[in-house]
Amino acid sequence: MSESYKIVVGLEIHVHLATRSKMFCGCELSYGQPPNTRVCPVCIGMPGVLPVMNRTAFEYAVLTAMALHCQIASFTKWDRKSYYYPDLPKNYQISQYDLPIGRDGYIEIPEEGGGTKKIRIRRVHLEEDAGKNIHDLGGYTAVDLNRAGAPLLEIVTEPDMNSPAEVRAMAEELRRIVRFLGVSEGDMQKGHMRFEPNVNLHIRRGGQVFKTPITEVKNLNSFRALEKSIAYEAHRQYEEFLETGQTLQMGNKKTFGWDDVQEVTVLQREKEEAHDYRYFPEPDLVPVRLTAEQIKELESRLGELPLQMQKRFETQYGLIAYDAGVLTAERATAEFFDRTVRLGAEPKRVCNLLTQVGLKIANELSVRVDQLRMTPESLAKLAKMTEEGLVSATSANQIFEQIAREGGDPEAIAKERNLIQSSDSGQIEALVDAVIAEQPQAVQDVVQESKKAKKALGFLMGQVIQKSGGQANPKIVSQILQAKLDALKNP
Amino acid sequence: MEWTVRSIRDRVASGKLQSREAVERFFARIEKIEPQVGAFLTLLKETALEQAAKVDEKIASGRPLGPLAGVPVAVKDNLCTTFGPTTCASRMLENFISPYNAHVIEKLLAADAVIVGKTNMDEFAMGSSTENSGLKKTCNPWDISRVPGGSSGGSAAAVAARMCAAALGSDTGGSIRQPAGFCGVVGLKPTYGRVSRYGLVAYGSSLDQIGPITQTVEDAAVLLNVIAGHDPRDSTCVSEQTAPVPDYTAGLETPLEGLRIAVVESFLEGIQAEVQQAIEEALRLYQKLGARLVPIQMPHFEYAVSAYYVIATAEASSNLARYDGVHYGYRSPRAGSYIEVYSKSRDEALGAEVKRRIMLGTFALSSGYYDAYYLKALKVRNLIRNDFTRAFEQADCLMMPVSPTTAFRFGEKTADPLQMYLADIYTIAVNLAGVPAVSIPCGLDRQNLPIGLQIVTAPFTESMLLRIARMFEKSTQWHSCMPDIAK
Repeated sequence: MSESYKIVVGLEIHVHLATRSKMFCGCELSYGQPPNTRVCPVCIGMPGVLPVMNRTAFEYAVLTAMALHCQIASFTKWDRKSYYYPDLPKNYQISQYDLPIGRDGYIEIPEEGGGTKKIRIRRVHLEEDAGKNIHDLGGYTAVDLNRAGAPLLEIVTEPDMNSPAEVRAMAEELRRIVRFLGVSEGDMQKGHMRFEPNVNLHIRRGGQVFKTPITEVKNLNSFRALEKSIAYEAHRQYEEFLETGQTLQMGNKKTFGWDDVQEVTVLQREKEEAHDYRYFPEPDLVPVRLTAEQIKELESRLGELPLQMQKRFETQYGLIAYDAGVLTAERATAEFFDRTVRLGAEPKRVCNLLTQVGLKIANELSVRVDQLRMTPESLAKLAKMTEEGLVSATSANQIFEQIAREGGDPEAIAKERNLIQSSDSGQIEALVDAVIAEQPQAVQDVVQESKKAKKALGFLMGQVIQKSGGQANPKIVSQILQAKLDALKNP
Repeated sequence: MEWTVRSIRDRVASGKLQSREAVERFFARIEKIEPQVGAFLTLLKETALEQAAKVDEKIASGRPLGPLAGVPVAVKDNLCTTFGPTTCASRMLENFISPYNAHVIEKLLAADAVIVGKTNMDEFAMGSSTENSGLKKTCNPWDISRVPGGSSGGSAAAVAARMCAAALGSDTGGSIRQPAGFCGVVGLKPTYGRVSRYGLVAYGSSLDQIGPITQTVEDAAVLLNVIAGHDPRDSTCVSEQTAPVPDYTAGLETPLEGLRIAVVESFLEGIQAEVQQAIEEALRLYQKLGARLVPIQMPHFEYAVSAYYVIATAEASSNLARYDGVHYGYRSPRAGSYIEVYSKSRDEALGAEVKRRIMLGTFALSSGYYDAYYLKALKVRNLIRNDFTRAFEQADCLMMPVSPTTAFRFGEKTADPLQMYLADIYTIAVNLAGVPAVSIPCGLDRQNLPIGLQIVTAPFTESMLLRIARMFEKSTQWHSCMPDIAK
């Protein structure tokens, strides 16, 4: 077929910022509370109230815009965006129109094969969220305003993504960044992040390029749904193009909703409604100015970005991409790992201990790794002990778990719990000799290099360790046993 | 002047007068006068007596007293109170009770004032005669066939009829100064940002400012002392570092030496002859007191009304969007769909003038018109601000009429909204510039109707403004003229 198409996707993203209070009032930001219990006169739009900007939310927005390599506006203002909807108490939303906090940036996303790709960011701006309409109440619609006034970051990308996998990679990278910065919990299921892709195809046919009408997809509650919806839309648009030949025109943008059960997109709105939001500067708020010093201060808080850190862990510490990815999912984990390794511990060993035990317990206790009672110093010591054969890998995991929960010194715990492996070669030699004497059949299998030789060697190893009460260092046992058996082979 | 704020406070503090007595005395007057004037939408006798009892208790136990101890004050019904409804004289909010007190209400109560009632106004403060009230008619105490002015008409009428010692109003385009002028009392619009707007139901957010309506200049200073100052809940309210709040009563009696008064000759042309004469007389008196007149030009003044009716209505169209019948206020029983909840509730509960201004503002902000109207109006606003800046480089204050006429008759201007708008020419520019201004009584016309003199000064110079006003008051008796109804 001489025909081919390219998928073109841009994203409009909303990120809930994890501030303690709302964007323009002091109400607690808390999800899953009984309806209308996190509200005050300001966020429910009572007569006479005035908004006051949440400085932390503003800083979070600037940090995110910086992480997305945006130009940061040293002068921004607030605007009112007018539309009537029952979940919007004032019937206008305080947002930013012509002077967003950040513009013209990019996000670097990992590509298959180890490279990276830049997706351009058009703008980053801050606004307040609306409440939630609840329809399934039998004839009535109720409004829950707990979420009304929550700080919401809107990020708009250029249409730079060209595959479902790229869209997903972008979304996951953004989540990693916001979590890394600590500006959002970034949980899609809980609605902390909403992705609304704009999708169309550029179809090459006979030297000409046809662009299909743009579709906006809503109702995506997971990365999987995001990825699948793009693939589905591409397929659907191509079929539609073959059938109708319809191409992109002004006003023929459609809105589709993702059906998570059927895994299809469903038409919601045929034509883009001609909204007139009547933007104008919010007279109740003063413009926000950022001085060069303030920008510098925020930049210093930015630190290393997760993708940079991941790449560094791969090259500097020789970790595989998967491990480096797990470690850099959260800044606390990444920094804990980095500090431990800088104390001289073997990176792969530390990575295993942290990801297999540390993250598991942290998750269990709903805390960050650095909030466990384990310190980088103790972990470095434990990793070294394991490396030197003082404790087995399994024992190391047990020791980690105990320190994580109760604190303590790895060596003291190892001694106390009798987990120190013996490396006394004289003692081990005696044990080896005893086992060789007790197990002639197995010895013979090894010496004669029979089919059972490998199994027999393992059996002999096990016997020695058992005799030592599990305390003999397997490395040394193996060395001595091997030497003795070799001596028997070549007398 | 036995029942001024100052005199009541002094007598209450010295034990010569019980707060309770003062309140009862004013309610006795209200019972007598109010049926003819109609200044109040809500009378709060019960809570007023409770507040008075607290003051009397304080005195009895020797605790320190606030600067308004026992003083009966009325407040405009667009100031939110948890006691009694806050209606904005609109059917939309006829039964609305605010869950919180406005900043200025908290301040009044903290100063031990007694709030006697909520006063009538043009609906949502939109109007210049209080005829746009959706709930009540208020008459001018000087002539009950005439309007009290507006939008703070109830507050001005209540003070003029001595049904309270003082009142609070709000001023977006003259709504304190013009009714004060029509009713022969003192009306002060402070600098924008001097008094917190938290709890003032917004009309034109970038223009609205709360201020006192009083019998004397000194009382205005006493009230301003109480309500001025920073409030973290209003981002447009300036900090104490930027503009410290002085004691506005300090130095009030000291006349300003070498006072330079800016005057614009054309402002005295084409207005009611008696108003013109009264202003000229006032200027002559100031000259006698040592002031010098500085003729100046205000080249962009003539565009003030146009700019105002774009900016104020644009803001209003957005500020009033929340009155939709969904969360509180009036909801039409005839609404079927949710769209009808909006359209029918608003259609049935909002008055004609409010609708007119919402439509004007919505139009001005609409896509394709924004630059031609709203943006243009903002530019004009800047030019007007510059006019004032230049004026205050040459002079200490600007003097002009409050309105071109004295109080007009009911219905005289309602048929022609534009005529009504144009009459606010002298007050509107002041709001656009955000500067402070005061209206003081400076005469009576042949029909025994009060004439107001308007004095304007530079931002945050209320101390000087009040001193200038007091110079005139001290040398005249106009402030002690009372309507017959109040005698």
